[in-house]
Amino acid sequence: MVPLQAYLTLAAFIFSCGLYGALARRNAIAMLMAVELMLNAVNINLVAFWRYGPNREDLAGQTFAIFVIAVAAAEVAVGLALVIAIYRSRKTVYLDEIDLLQG
Amino acid sequence: MPELPVEIPIPTPHQAVFIMVAVATSVASLLVVTNRNLFYSALCLVGALFGVAGVYVLLEAEFLAIAQVLVYVGAIATLITFAIMLTRGIMFGTTSPNNRHMFAVMSMALLVFLLVAGLVDRVPWAVAEDLTLSGDGKSLIVDLGWEFVTTYALPLELIGLLLLIALVGAVMLARDDE
Repeated sequence: MVPLQAYLTLAAFIFSCGLYGALARRNAIAMLMAVELMLNAVNINLVAFWRYGPNREDLAGQTFAIFVIAVAAAEVAVGLALVIAIYRSRKTVYLDEIDLLQG
Repeated sequence: MPELPVEIPIPTPHQAVFIMVAVATSVASLLVVTNRNLFYSALCLVGALFGVAGVYVLLEAEFLAIAQVLVYVGAIATLITFAIMLTRGIMFGTTSPNNRHMFAVMSMALLVFLLVAGLVDRVPWAVAEDLTLSGDGKSLIVDLGWEFVTTYALPLELIGLLLLIALVGAVMLARDDE
Protein backbone atom coordinates (compact mmCIF):
# COMPACT_ATOMS: atom_id res chain seq x y z
CA MET A 1 0.00 0.00 0.00
CA VAL A 2 1.00 3.60 -0.58
CA PRO A 3 1.37 5.39 2.76
CA LEU A 4 -1.22 8.00 3.68
CA GLN A 5 1.51 10.63 3.79
CA ALA A 6 2.14 10.25 0.04
CA TYR A 7 -1.46 11.21 -0.74
CA LEU A 8 -1.35 14.12 1.68
CA THR A 9 1.89 15.43 0.16
CA LEU A 10 0.45 15.17 -3.35
CA ALA A 11 -2.64 17.07 -2.21
CA ALA A 12 -0.47 19.72 -0.54
CA PHE A 13 1.46 20.20 -3.77
CA ILE A 14 -1.69 20.56 -5.88
CA PHE A 15 -3.15 22.95 -3.30
CA SER A 16 -0.01 25.11 -3.37
CA CYS A 17 -0.13 25.24 -7.17
CA GLY A 18 -3.75 26.35 -6.96
CA LEU A 19 -2.96 28.90 -4.26
CA TYR A 20 -0.23 30.42 -6.39
CA GLY A 21 -2.45 30.49 -9.47
CA ALA A 22 -5.44 31.97 -7.68
CA LEU A 23 -3.43 34.84 -6.22
CA ALA A 24 -0.88 35.54 -8.96
CA ARG A 25 -2.74 35.16 -12.25
CA ARG A 26 -4.28 38.23 -13.82
CA ASN A 27 -6.81 36.45 -15.97
CA ALA A 28 -10.10 35.73 -14.17
CA ILE A 29 -10.58 32.39 -15.96
CA ALA A 30 -7.07 31.29 -14.99
CA MET A 31 -7.90 32.18 -11.41
CA LEU A 32 -11.07 30.07 -11.54
CA MET A 33 -9.05 27.12 -12.87
CA ALA A 34 -6.62 27.48 -9.97
CA VAL A 35 -9.54 27.45 -7.53
CA GLU A 36 -10.66 24.18 -9.10
CA LEU A 37 -7.20 22.75 -8.43
CA MET A 38 -7.45 23.73 -4.76
CA LEU A 39 -10.87 22.09 -4.42
CA ASN A 40 -9.51 18.91 -5.99
CA ALA A 41 -6.59 18.83 -3.57
CA VAL A 42 -8.99 19.05 -0.65
CA ASN A 43 -11.05 16.22 -2.14
CA ILE A 44 -7.98 13.99 -2.35
CA ASN A 45 -7.41 14.61 1.36
CA LEU A 46 -11.02 13.79 2.24
CA VAL A 47 -11.00 10.52 0.32
CA ALA A 48 -7.53 9.53 1.58
CA PHE A 49 -8.60 10.06 5.18
CA TRP A 50 -11.73 7.98 4.55
CA ARG A 51 -9.67 5.17 3.03
CA TYR A 52 -7.00 5.08 5.73
CA GLY A 53 -9.17 5.98 8.71
CA PRO A 54 -10.20 3.44 11.35
CA ASN A 55 -13.90 3.62 10.49
CA ARG A 56 -14.46 2.93 6.80
CA GLU A 57 -18.12 2.00 7.24
CA ASP A 58 -18.74 5.71 7.79
CA LEU A 59 -18.75 7.13 4.27
CA ALA A 60 -18.62 10.78 5.35
CA GLY A 61 -15.33 11.37 3.51
CA GLN A 62 -16.72 10.29 0.15
CA THR A 63 -20.00 12.10 0.76
CA PHE A 64 -18.21 15.36 1.52
CA ALA A 65 -16.13 14.97 -1.62
CA ILE A 66 -19.28 14.60 -3.71
CA PHE A 67 -20.78 17.70 -2.09
CA VAL A 68 -17.58 19.60 -2.85
CA ILE A 69 -17.78 18.54 -6.51
CA ALA A 70 -21.39 19.74 -6.69
CA VAL A 71 -20.59 23.10 -5.10
CA ALA A 72 -17.59 23.48 -7.42
CA ALA A 73 -19.86 22.96 -10.42
CA ALA A 74 -22.20 25.68 -9.18
CA GLU A 75 -19.27 27.98 -8.39
CA VAL A 76 -17.67 27.64 -11.80
CA ALA A 77 -20.99 28.23 -13.58
CA VAL A 78 -21.63 31.48 -11.71
CA GLY A 79 -17.97 32.52 -11.92
CA LEU A 80 -17.78 32.10 -15.67
CA ALA A 81 -21.11 33.88 -16.12
CA LEU A 82 -19.69 36.81 -14.15
CA VAL A 83 -16.52 36.78 -16.25
CA ILE A 84 -18.53 36.85 -19.46
CA ALA A 85 -20.80 39.64 -18.15
CA ILE A 86 -17.74 41.71 -17.17
CA TYR A 87 -16.08 41.00 -20.51
CA ARG A 88 -19.17 42.24 -22.30
CA SER A 89 -19.34 45.54 -20.41
CA ARG A 90 -15.64 46.27 -19.79
CA LYS A 91 -13.91 44.35 -22.63
CA THR A 92 -11.39 42.85 -20.23
CA VAL A 93 -11.01 39.76 -18.04
CA TYR A 94 -7.87 40.97 -16.30
CA LEU A 95 -8.61 41.17 -12.61
CA ASP A 96 -6.39 44.20 -11.94
CA GLU A 97 -8.25 46.20 -14.58
CA ILE A 98 -11.65 45.52 -13.01
CA ASP A 99 -11.65 48.32 -10.46
CA LEU A 100 -15.14 49.83 -10.70
CA LEU A 101 -15.53 49.90 -6.91
CA GLN A 102 -12.13 51.43 -6.23
CA GLY A 103 -13.45 55.01 -6.38
CA MET B 1 25.16 -11.54 -2.99
CA PRO B 2 26.52 -9.01 -0.51
CA GLU B 3 24.05 -7.19 1.68
CA LEU B 4 23.48 -3.62 0.66
CA PRO B 5 24.07 -1.16 3.49
CA VAL B 6 20.86 0.66 2.65
CA GLU B 7 17.80 -1.27 1.66
CA ILE B 8 16.44 0.20 -1.55
CA PRO B 9 12.67 -0.21 -1.54
CA ILE B 10 11.30 -1.78 -4.68
CA PRO B 11 7.85 -0.30 -5.38
CA THR B 12 4.96 -2.71 -5.64
CA PRO B 13 2.80 -2.33 -8.77
CA HIS B 14 0.29 -0.32 -6.75
CA GLN B 15 3.00 2.04 -5.58
CA ALA B 16 4.49 2.32 -9.07
CA VAL B 17 1.11 3.30 -10.50
CA PHE B 18 0.65 5.80 -7.69
CA ILE B 19 4.04 7.39 -8.42
CA MET B 20 3.21 7.72 -12.11
CA VAL B 21 -0.24 9.20 -11.45
CA ALA B 22 1.13 11.55 -8.79
CA VAL B 23 3.93 12.85 -11.00
CA ALA B 24 1.58 13.33 -13.95
CA THR B 25 -0.97 15.15 -11.80
CA SER B 26 1.66 17.38 -10.19
CA VAL B 27 3.23 18.34 -13.50
CA ALA B 28 -0.16 19.03 -15.05
CA SER B 29 -1.30 21.19 -12.15
CA LEU B 30 1.97 23.11 -12.19
CA LEU B 31 1.51 23.73 -15.92
CA VAL B 32 -2.06 24.96 -15.31
CA VAL B 33 -0.80 27.88 -13.25
CA THR B 34 2.41 28.64 -15.16
CA ASN B 35 1.37 28.39 -18.81
CA ARG B 36 1.12 31.71 -20.64
CA ASN B 37 -1.44 30.43 -23.12
CA LEU B 38 -4.79 30.11 -21.38
CA PHE B 39 -5.98 27.41 -23.75
CA TYR B 40 -3.01 25.17 -22.93
CA SER B 41 -3.74 25.86 -19.27
CA ALA B 42 -7.25 24.51 -19.76
CA LEU B 43 -5.90 21.40 -21.50
CA CYS B 44 -3.47 20.83 -18.62
CA LEU B 45 -6.37 21.28 -16.21
CA VAL B 46 -8.16 18.41 -17.98
CA GLY B 47 -5.02 16.31 -17.50
CA ALA B 48 -4.78 17.22 -13.83
CA LEU B 49 -8.45 16.41 -13.25
CA PHE B 50 -7.99 13.03 -14.93
CA GLY B 51 -5.00 12.46 -12.66
CA VAL B 52 -7.12 13.20 -9.59
CA ALA B 53 -9.68 10.70 -10.90
CA GLY B 54 -6.82 8.20 -11.08
CA VAL B 55 -5.94 8.95 -7.47
CA TYR B 56 -9.56 8.20 -6.51
CA VAL B 57 -9.33 4.85 -8.32
CA LEU B 58 -6.15 4.05 -6.38
CA LEU B 59 -7.99 4.95 -3.17
CA GLU B 60 -10.78 2.55 -4.22
CA ALA B 61 -13.41 5.26 -4.48
CA GLU B 62 -14.57 4.26 -7.95
CA PHE B 63 -17.88 6.08 -7.85
CA LEU B 64 -16.10 9.30 -7.03
CA ALA B 65 -13.67 8.74 -9.91
CA ILE B 66 -16.57 8.37 -12.34
CA ALA B 67 -18.28 11.45 -10.87
CA GLN B 68 -15.00 13.36 -11.18
CA VAL B 69 -14.65 12.49 -14.86
CA LEU B 70 -18.30 13.26 -15.61
CA VAL B 71 -18.58 16.53 -13.70
CA TYR B 72 -15.09 18.00 -13.94
CA VAL B 73 -13.76 16.73 -17.25
CA GLY B 74 -17.14 16.50 -18.93
CA ALA B 75 -18.81 19.67 -17.73
CA ILE B 76 -16.48 22.07 -15.94
CA ALA B 77 -13.56 21.77 -18.36
CA THR B 78 -15.91 22.24 -21.31
CA LEU B 79 -17.44 25.28 -19.66
CA ILE B 80 -14.01 26.80 -19.02
CA THR B 81 -12.96 26.14 -22.62
CA PHE B 82 -16.11 27.88 -23.84
CA ALA B 83 -15.44 30.87 -21.61
CA ILE B 84 -11.86 31.10 -22.88
CA MET B 85 -13.06 31.08 -26.47
CA LEU B 86 -15.81 33.66 -25.76
CA THR B 87 -13.19 36.03 -24.35
CA ARG B 88 -10.86 35.21 -27.18
CA GLY B 89 -9.41 38.61 -27.97
CA ILE B 90 -7.22 38.61 -24.89
CA MET B 91 -6.37 34.93 -24.85
CA PHE B 92 -2.89 35.53 -26.26
CA GLY B 93 -2.08 38.69 -24.38
CA THR B 94 1.19 40.49 -24.89
CA THR B 95 1.11 41.61 -21.27
CA SER B 96 2.30 39.47 -18.40
CA PRO B 97 -0.13 36.73 -17.28
CA ASN B 98 0.79 37.39 -13.66
CA ASN B 99 0.19 40.40 -11.48
CA ARG B 100 2.84 42.36 -9.63
CA HIS B 101 2.58 40.25 -6.48
CA MET B 102 3.76 37.18 -8.38
CA PHE B 103 7.05 36.57 -6.57
CA ALA B 104 5.65 37.20 -3.11
CA VAL B 105 2.79 34.82 -3.85
CA MET B 106 5.18 32.23 -5.29
CA SER B 107 7.34 32.22 -2.18
CA MET B 108 4.24 32.08 0.00
CA ALA B 109 2.83 29.09 -1.91
CA LEU B 110 6.20 27.34 -1.66
CA LEU B 111 6.27 28.04 2.05
CA VAL B 112 2.75 26.62 2.48
CA PHE B 113 3.75 23.48 0.61
CA LEU B 114 6.94 22.96 2.63
CA LEU B 115 5.09 23.62 5.88
CA VAL B 116 2.29 21.16 5.12
CA ALA B 117 4.64 18.54 3.65
CA GLY B 118 6.87 18.79 6.70
CA LEU B 119 3.89 18.57 9.03
CA VAL B 120 2.44 15.53 7.24
CA ASP B 121 5.38 13.37 8.26
CA ARG B 122 5.34 14.46 11.89
CA VAL B 123 1.68 14.03 12.76
CA PRO B 124 0.85 10.55 14.15
CA TRP B 125 -2.16 9.82 11.93
CA ALA B 126 -4.67 7.34 13.32
CA VAL B 127 -4.30 4.97 10.37
CA ALA B 128 -6.20 1.69 10.64
CA GLU B 129 -4.04 -1.44 10.88
CA ASP B 130 -6.11 -3.50 8.49
CA LEU B 131 -6.53 -1.58 5.25
CA THR B 132 -8.64 -4.07 3.30
CA LEU B 133 -12.10 -2.87 2.40
CA SER B 134 -15.02 -4.90 3.69
CA GLY B 135 -17.41 -5.79 0.90
CA ASP B 136 -16.93 -5.22 -2.81
CA GLY B 137 -17.18 -1.97 -4.75
CA LYS B 138 -20.86 -2.52 -5.50
CA SER B 139 -21.87 -2.67 -1.86
CA LEU B 140 -19.86 0.50 -1.25
CA ILE B 141 -21.85 2.37 -3.88
CA VAL B 142 -25.09 0.98 -2.44
CA ASP B 143 -24.02 2.22 1.01
CA LEU B 144 -23.13 5.62 -0.45
CA GLY B 145 -26.56 5.95 -2.06
CA TRP B 146 -28.19 4.86 1.18
CA GLU B 147 -26.26 7.52 3.11
CA PHE B 148 -27.47 10.18 0.69
CA VAL B 149 -31.14 9.44 1.28
CA THR B 150 -30.91 8.91 5.04
CA THR B 151 -28.13 10.72 6.93
CA TYR B 152 -27.43 13.35 4.29
CA ALA B 153 -30.96 13.79 2.93
CA LEU B 154 -31.25 17.47 3.89
CA PRO B 155 -27.78 18.48 2.57
CA LEU B 156 -28.57 16.62 -0.64
CA GLU B 157 -31.77 18.63 -1.12
CA LEU B 158 -29.93 21.85 -0.32
CA ILE B 159 -27.22 21.01 -2.86
CA GLY B 160 -29.91 20.41 -5.46
CA LEU B 161 -31.47 23.77 -4.65
CA LEU B 162 -28.06 25.47 -4.75
CA LEU B 163 -27.31 24.01 -8.18
CA LEU B 164 -30.69 25.13 -9.49
CA ILE B 165 -30.29 28.67 -8.15
CA ALA B 166 -26.68 28.92 -9.34
CA LEU B 167 -27.48 27.75 -12.86
CA VAL B 168 -30.51 30.03 -13.21
CA GLY B 169 -28.38 32.88 -11.86
CA ALA B 170 -25.60 32.05 -14.30
CA VAL B 171 -28.02 32.19 -17.22
CA MET B 172 -29.38 35.52 -15.99
CA LEU B 173 -25.89 36.98 -15.58
CA ALA B 174 -24.49 35.86 -18.91
CA ARG B 175 -27.60 36.76 -20.90
CA ASP B 176 -27.60 39.71 -23.26
CA ASP B 177 -29.72 42.51 -21.88
CA GLU B 178 -31.21 43.63 -25.19
